[in-house]
Amino acid sequence: MTTTTPAPGTGSSAVAPSGGAATPPAPADQVTFTIDDIEMSVPKGTLVIRAAEQIGIQIPRFCDHPLLEPAGACRQCLVEVATPDREGNVRPMPKPQASCTLEATPGMVVRTQRTSAVADKAQHGIMELLLINHPLDCPVCDKGGECPLQNQAMSNGRATSRFVDVKRTFPKPIAVSTTILLDRERCVLCQRCTRFSQEIAGDAFIDLQKRGAAQQIGRFDEAVLDFAPPAGEAPGDRPVGLALEDESGLPFASYFSGNTVQICPVGALTGAAYRFRSRPFDLVSTPSVAEHDSSGSAIRVDHRRGVVLRRLAGEDPLVNEEWITDRDRFAFTWQSAPDRLTHPLVRDREVAPDGTVTRGELRPASWAEALEVAADALTRARDAAGVGVLPGGRLTVEDAYAYAKLARTWLRTNDVDHRARAHSAEEADFLAHAVAGSGLGVTFSDLEKAPAVLLVGLEAEEEAGVTFLRLRKGALRHGVRVFSVAPYASRGLQRMHGTLLPAAPGTEGEWLDGIAAGDRVRTLDEASGPEDVLADVSDALRRPGAVILVGERLAATRGGYTALLRAAAATGARLAWVPRRAGERGGVEAGTLPNLLPGGRPVADPAARVDVATVWGVGAADDPHAGLPTTAGRDAGEMLDALSVGQLSGVLLGGLELDDLPDPAHARRALEAADVVVSLEVRRSAVTELADVVLPVAPPVEREGAFVSWEGRVRRFPAALASTAMPDHRVLDALADAAGVPLGLATVEAVRAELDQLLDAGAWDGARVPAPAVETAEPPAVAPGTAVLASWRLLLDDARGQDGERYLAGTAKRPVARLSAATAAAVDVFDGELVRVSTDRGAVTLPVVVTDMVDHVVWLPMRSPGSSVHATLGAVPGDVVRLEPGSTDGGEGA
Amino acid sequence: MSEQQTARPAPDPLTPVLSDTWDADRSWTLASYLDRGGYAGLRAALGQDPADVVATVKASGLRGRGGAGFPTGMKWGFLPAPDGGPRYLVVNADESEPGTCKDIPLMLASPQALVEGVAITSYAIGCHHAFIYVRGEVLHVYRRLLRAVEEAYEAGYLGTDVLGSGFDLDVTVHAGAGAYICGEETALLDSLEGRRGQPRLKPPFPAVAGLYARPTVVNNVESIASVPSIVARGADWFTSMGTERSAGFGLFSLSGHVTRPGQYEAPLGTTLRELLDLAGGMRGGKALKFWTPGGSSTPLFTDAHLDTPLDYESVAAAGSMLGTRALQLFDETTCVVRAVSRWTDFYAHESCGKCTPCREGTYWMKQVLARIEAGQGTEADLDLLLDTCDNILGRAFCALGDGATSPVTSSIELFRDEYEAHITEHRCPFDPAASALFDHTPRPARVLTAGVH
Repeated sequence: MTTTTPAPGTGSSAVAPSGGAATPPAPADQVTFTIDDIEMSVPKGTLVIRAAEQIGIQIPRFCDHPLLEPAGACRQCLVEVATPDREGNVRPMPKPQASCTLEATPGMVVRTQRTSAVADKAQHGIMELLLINHPLDCPVCDKGGECPLQNQAMSNGRATSRFVDVKRTFPKPIAVSTTILLDRERCVLCQRCTRFSQEIAGDAFIDLQKRGAAQQIGRFDEAVLDFAPPAGEAPGDRPVGLALEDESGLPFASYFSGNTVQICPVGALTGAAYRFRSRPFDLVSTPSVAEHDSSGSAIRVDHRRGVVLRRLAGEDPLVNEEWITDRDRFAFTWQSAPDRLTHPLVRDREVAPDGTVTRGELRPASWAEALEVAADALTRARDAAGVGVLPGGRLTVEDAYAYAKLARTWLRTNDVDHRARAHSAEEADFLAHAVAGSGLGVTFSDLEKAPAVLLVGLEAEEEAGVTFLRLRKGALRHGVRVFSVAPYASRGLQRMHGTLLPAAPGTEGEWLDGIAAGDRVRTLDEASGPEDVLADVSDALRRPGAVILVGERLAATRGGYTALLRAAAATGARLAWVPRRAGERGGVEAGTLPNLLPGGRPVADPAARVDVATVWGVGAADDPHAGLPTTAGRDAGEMLDALSVGQLSGVLLGGLELDDLPDPAHARRALEAADVVVSLEVRRSAVTELADVVLPVAPPVEREGAFVSWEGRVRRFPAALASTAMPDHRVLDALADAAGVPLGLATVEAVRAELDQLLDAGAWDGARVPAPAVETAEPPAVAPGTAVLASWRLLLDDARGQDGERYLAGTAKRPVARLSAATAAAVDVFDGELVRVSTDRGAVTLPVVVTDMVDHVVWLPMRSPGSSVHATLGAVPGDVVRLEPGSTDGGEGA
Repeated sequence: MSEQQTARPAPDPLTPVLSDTWDADRSWTLASYLDRGGYAGLRAALGQDPADVVATVKASGLRGRGGAGFPTGMKWGFLPAPDGGPRYLVVNADESEPGTCKDIPLMLASPQALVEGVAITSYAIGCHHAFIYVRGEVLHVYRRLLRAVEEAYEAGYLGTDVLGSGFDLDVTVHAGAGAYICGEETALLDSLEGRRGQPRLKPPFPAVAGLYARPTVVNNVESIASVPSIVARGADWFTSMGTERSAGFGLFSLSGHVTRPGQYEAPLGTTLRELLDLAGGMRGGKALKFWTPGGSSTPLFTDAHLDTPLDYESVAAAGSMLGTRALQLFDETTCVVRAVSRWTDFYAHESCGKCTPCREGTYWMKQVLARIEAGQGTEADLDLLLDTCDNILGRAFCALGDGATSPVTSSIELFRDEYEAHITEHRCPFDPAASALFDHTPRPARVLTAGVH
């Protein structure tokens, strides 16, 4: 666990030899004092318990946690302390002091349990008291074997108990949510969980109740607390599953609750999925990186005999500190779902003399056959109208690189695009201009200390969970001012004490242009609200260190990235692109974009092509296909269009989910029209049913690789499980071999050897693609009965990555439609009633939550149960949709 | 103590100042208070520089009457220099210690004395919004205070431009929800802010960051109520009473097996023997067995301490604490184990639960004492109690944990043979009915069973 043992060697250990006369005088902001006769120097304000860790002295503790405010509640870390008085005589303090709340002062003399009988006795006394009401059910407790209480009871406790009386007991357990269970009798009331939920996540769901020995961690329970339930229906954000109410009386919904299980120093908080499943000493742990978002959170994968049983947050102070989202923690069963593909599949086609094609059934095939069939078919398609490559956005950078190279070499095309979502040519130009090959840019640490952060097209809590946590930490501890261009102030924005810059989808550019203009003339009359806010955000973003975080959703706004770059240039704010998926940034770096080669090299730049061709060893003069394709390729949307009209013959897919695409029905028709569809997939999907050859690939847990996080940080991870499943790059290598065009990417080492030459240090240093210059489109006219669609993915929704996790699914937010009061009144629906949101394609009917938001806009969750914006409506944010009162009797679909 | 009272022709062991008006008709009304010269102190104070008022209180040597005895004027002096932001006075009226019963009668009989003290103190420290945090159970006191504040507002002693001086003061009377811990000043502040009443980490101390993180003075009711007389009559008058380091007068609350229990206002340094004389001696002429000098959190005294001067220094030298001058007297019919067991029940019930030693230690001691009282203890239990007290004392988050150990350690020290009698005889050697004033009907013992919720 991360909670007990201080990592050796963390921090700057400044140990000076005891009593050495040659010790240099400490700088003004350093404090020199002794612990157990060891003189040391630490920065002013350092807690004694932290200082002790630096010299390897472990003081037992429960409530202390380096990332939480000191509490001093458990009293386990008592030490004996003496301090110099005014005359400099070192005088002992009358009582032992809690080292977790005590700041080191100059000349302080600290004696821990190692050198002080008083401290040792005090610690033994506290430990005995903690254990009198602890059930000592270690043999059946999840925490047994990795339990700070168990460990410290052995190291700092009495061998036997003198307690013969009656223990405090509680009914077991309380289900705080569908994922979190609470066994109150095991709790030592250290308040780590309550402090986490208040200080870190800001969605307090449990708190202390009652007092004395009856004190307990509890949910918001009217029966216990003697509160009246809140009046009326609570607005929005209700979890799907049964959940207890949080401290505000609203049903508890938290994306970070799993962290409380991990920091609980006893087995009081347990996860429903892991409870009673395993013993920690049977588990094999592998450090890894979460695959669910682009933050690159460090995690730990624990498996027993090849079955992953749980994931924990890893410690990475630079990235996720010690926190991860519940999705990163609990959503891992998709990798071993029953629909995993284990062997290649081939579909035979029969071409009748009249040209009609009959598609047969998929049948299992050997690797040799499947590769040969795929290679032949793709080669034929290449030589016909060509092959497009759609690798999806969830690949490791090694895999993305293999797709990029395979497309440019064997398939001789730049028709490659990993963006399985709303996208634009403007976005590709933006990525080539400002993102690709830029290396490590804005970091989490920068966010924490920035004077201001502007979010555009990014709902941090939903789309980049731990990024939200770091922003919130910055807002609370360092006064980071958060601004968000969005249709309404989400609970996440409120918890960052953020300021909403209200904008309907498609009009984000207006705020950005206003910010870029900056010193515009104030109106003479009373300054109106937005004017003040605009002046405020304009000034804030001009302060050194300000940051703009832009999400991938801005791609749906014509001219959005153009305006964004103007605003960034005008303010001097640093810019970072925060996509949702783990593989997006890696794809940009590896060159799975129609305008980009690896390392941010523009396709259109001959020198860039020469660079890449040199590394790849292509370009013999006598070959008509020498060198790399010179013209920019089609983007994903254009490829699907080309497939449907026969301008492309075949397509190579890498884990593409049709429902991710802006128009899944159109994509389906395009794949049906293709001469050949080859798909590399972990699990059966809608694409499987359309594919001619399906090649199974390994999920992250069964292979090694690296994601590139939105920071530009390369996040390598090893294989957690031994597996015969092959990663994409190896399958592509075999496929290219079968086609007779060796790729040379069979091993991860081989891929990384090439990446080293082309990425990071080897990245493009030539002229960058010019910034996009796209005119902002006029906002669409909103006729009565219609509204502009706003939508984004929720952290927990219908994603296939959450399959098989029913406990986690229970904590997802209930799908609702959000309308402003005026918009709702205009279509005559009231709060809590159903609204039907429709296009010519279909309709979504959801309960309405009247929200303080931009008028003439309806917000829907993009892919939650009952609300599939792309699949059902065929719409993207910014489109105009129809609104009318809904009824429960259907109306779904067209 | 008689040599201290030079001003008086015939030494009187009583010095009624706060209680001087208690015999008036409807003494709690403003009119009655004014009849006896009330608000002279406030008028005097408003004519002075606030710093002079602070200097007067400092010179008087008034020490906090809430138990710890910290010099009141010095506490006011700890406030940082004004920064333009608000600073607060909070009156701790959460009197809940077993045996302590001085503030509640004071507020009941003479609430205007407290209100006047609040006004003077606020003026002295530059506070414009003062709070009185009253224990929630004493609804009658809460109502009387509300009325007193209302009357003071109507008469211009509170509100904007107090008595035409240009000084503004609002007073809020707040009823607590009934928690002993909220008598601890930082827990009181949290409770006043609407949070769960648990002590705060110090530093920062309330003088620097108290209520709403602003500089705050927290004083006991009796301390604040003593201020008007000091300002009106001068520091010299105050120091003419009491001892050199424990100046002035105080309410001594006699309760238990005494003929006339009640409040006896006397100079500090008086003795229990003198107070007992005034109170008509022990009830029924029985012998004094043990007593608390300052509430249940102070180590026990016996009849050997009848002549110990009741001032801070002398009581401390004798091994206890003056505390809140809550003298609970127990005669020879009392079982000390029974008394200590009840006190420990109180501490277990009132422990706030924040820190391990107080929460778990009182829970454990309560069971051990109950066992011993029922004749089911063992010799090892006495050492266990003493060791547990050692593990609580000085290890708890706030002083309340320390207080819980005082009756246990001191009673075992003084009456170990009585504890041992319970153990060896397997029963309590006393008849509970003998010590009761009324017919005593013992409740059936509750059976504690594991696993029953």
